[in-house]
Amino acid sequence: MNDLAWINAALIGARPQAVGALLRYFRDLDTAEEAFQEASLRALKSWPRNGPPRDPAAWLILVGRNAALDGVRKRSRDAVLPDEAALSDLEDVEAPLAERLDGSHYRDDVLRLLFVCGHPDLPATQQIALALRIVSGLSVKQIARAFLVSEAAMEQRITRAKARIAKAETPFETPGAVERSERLGVVAAMLYLVFNEGYSAGDGEARAQLCNEAIRLARLLLRLFPTEPEIMGLTALMLLQHARGPARFDADREIVLLEDQDRRRWDGKLIAEGLALIDKAIRHRAPGAYQVQAAIAALHARAERFEDTDWRGIERLYATLEILQPSPVVTLNRAAALSKVEGPAAALKLIEPLAERLDGYFHFHGARGALLLQLGRDREARTCFDQAIALANTAAEANHIRQHLDRLARESSHAVSDASPAARP
Amino acid sequence: MLYALLCYNDEDMVYSWTPEEDAAVMAKIRVVQERLISEGKLGPSLRLLPTTSATSVRKTGGEPLVIDGPYAETKEQLLGFYILDVANLEEALAVTRELGEANPTSNYEIRPVGLYFGDERQGASKAASA
Repeated sequence: MNDLAWINAALIGARPQAVGALLRYFRDLDTAEEAFQEASLRALKSWPRNGPPRDPAAWLILVGRNAALDGVRKRSRDAVLPDEAALSDLEDVEAPLAERLDGSHYRDDVLRLLFVCGHPDLPATQQIALALRIVSGLSVKQIARAFLVSEAAMEQRITRAKARIAKAETPFETPGAVERSERLGVVAAMLYLVFNEGYSAGDGEARAQLCNEAIRLARLLLRLFPTEPEIMGLTALMLLQHARGPARFDADREIVLLEDQDRRRWDGKLIAEGLALIDKAIRHRAPGAYQVQAAIAALHARAERFEDTDWRGIERLYATLEILQPSPVVTLNRAAALSKVEGPAAALKLIEPLAERLDGYFHFHGARGALLLQLGRDREARTCFDQAIALANTAAEANHIRQHLDRLARESSHAVSDASPAARP
Repeated sequence: MLYALLCYNDEDMVYSWTPEEDAAVMAKIRVVQERLISEGKLGPSLRLLPTTSATSVRKTGGEPLVIDGPYAETKEQLLGFYILDVANLEEALAVTRELGEANPTSNYEIRPVGLYFGDERQGASKAASA
C-alpha cells in the first residue's frame, strides 16, 4: 500500500466525523464540504512527510475549520463582516487539544450529517445520491455510473437535493434521547436504501461499491451507537446479504437463484460478522424489522446446503415481520417459505389476495407462475411468466423468467405424456 | 521466548480499504508469515472481526455485566495478533518492522507471553475458516 492509498483510506475513514463536525461549525453543507476538501489537500502534502496523525478526523476538523475561517476573513475585507452568531463554537480556534473529540461529540455530528442526507423531504434517489456524495465522498462521476445516468443529470440531482436541505430546518442543537432514536431510524432506512440500490440492480463494480459503502457506514454508526439492536440488525442484514454476492451471478451475469448458488463462494468472514451481530441483537429482546430480516438471512447463511434450510423457521420469521412491518411483499416472501413446508397449494392460497396490490410487481407474477407450474397448471403459469417478463427491471430478471417459458414451450411440444411438472434433474 | 505481537490500527481507516487494497495488504503480510513459519518462529496468528462484533463482560460486584462493544474505547483498536517464537526482543522487533512494512499504518505492542496453552481441541484444524 503506497502513501496515496493509505492517505486516501484515512481521508475516507475520517470523512463522516470531519464533515459532520464542520457542518456543526458552519451550519452550511457547501462550506463544510469545501473546508474538508481544503484540509484533505493539506493532508496529502503533510501526511507523507510526517506519517498519519494519531487522530486523522481531529486533524482534518481543525485544519479544515481554520482554512475555511481564513477564507471568510479574506472575503470580509471587501465585504460586510459576517455575523459571528452564524459561525458557532469559534472560541477555541487556537486550542487543538480541545479538538481531541470524544465519541459522544462525533456521535451526534455523524448522526446529524447522515440524518440530513436521509431527510424525509428528499425522494429516495436524492437521499442515496446525497449520502454518497457528502458522507462517502464519491465523485459525481462514480455516483452517475452506479445509477447509469449522465454526470450532468447526477450533478443536477445533487444540487436539487442540497437546495431542498438548505430550505429544510436542520436541527443543530444536541438531540435528546427521543430525537436521537428517531434520527437513527431515518438514517438506518437511508443506509438500507443505499445498500439496496447496490444490491438489487445487478453486479458490477460500481454497484458492489454501494453495498460496501452502506456496510462501512453502518459499522461506523454501530461503533457510535453500540447498544442499538436495530442498528446491529441492519448491519447484520446487509453483511449476510452481501456475503452471497460472489455467488449471485454467473459468468454471463445471469442471476443465480439461492437454491442454485455455490455456497462455498459465500464470504465466510462477512457471514461470521453478521451472525455475531444478530446474536448480540437478540440478547436485547427488543425485536425490530431489521433484526427479523437479519435472522431470516442468518437461517439461510447457516444452511450448508439448500436442502438444509430451516423453512419453518423462516416462515415464522416472515409471519413476525408481517406484524412488525405489514406489506404484501413480506407476505409474498412468507408464501415462498410456506410452499417449502406445506406445498404450493397453501402458498398460492396465501398470495391470491395480493393479486390486485402486487399487479405491477415483477416478483409477484414470477412467484405465482412458479407455484402454478409446480401444481401442473401450465397455461396459467405461462400467463404469469408473460406478465413478469413485461415487468422485469433487469435483463437478468427477464432471462430468468424466459428460462421458465422456454422449458414450458419445450415440454408442451415434446413430452405430452410426462405430466410431472416438478420433475427437475 | 514467546511473544504476543498485538496489532492496533484505526478501524475507521482499515474498514475504508477497498476489498482489493485489503487483499493486497494481506498478501504482503502472508509472505512474511510464510517465511516465519518455515523458520519455525510463528505460532497461532489471527485477525479479529471489527470491534462492533465484540461483547464485553465487566464484573461490578453483583452479576457480571454484559456490555456491547470492545472493552476499552481507544483511538486505535486491537485488530489481531501473532504469537512469535524468537530468541529475544531484538528479533521480535525485527519481525515487527518487517510486518510493519507490509502494513504501513499498523501499530504494534510486543508482549512477552507468560503462560501458553496451544489449540487443545480434538483434531483442531490449523486455521479456522472464519
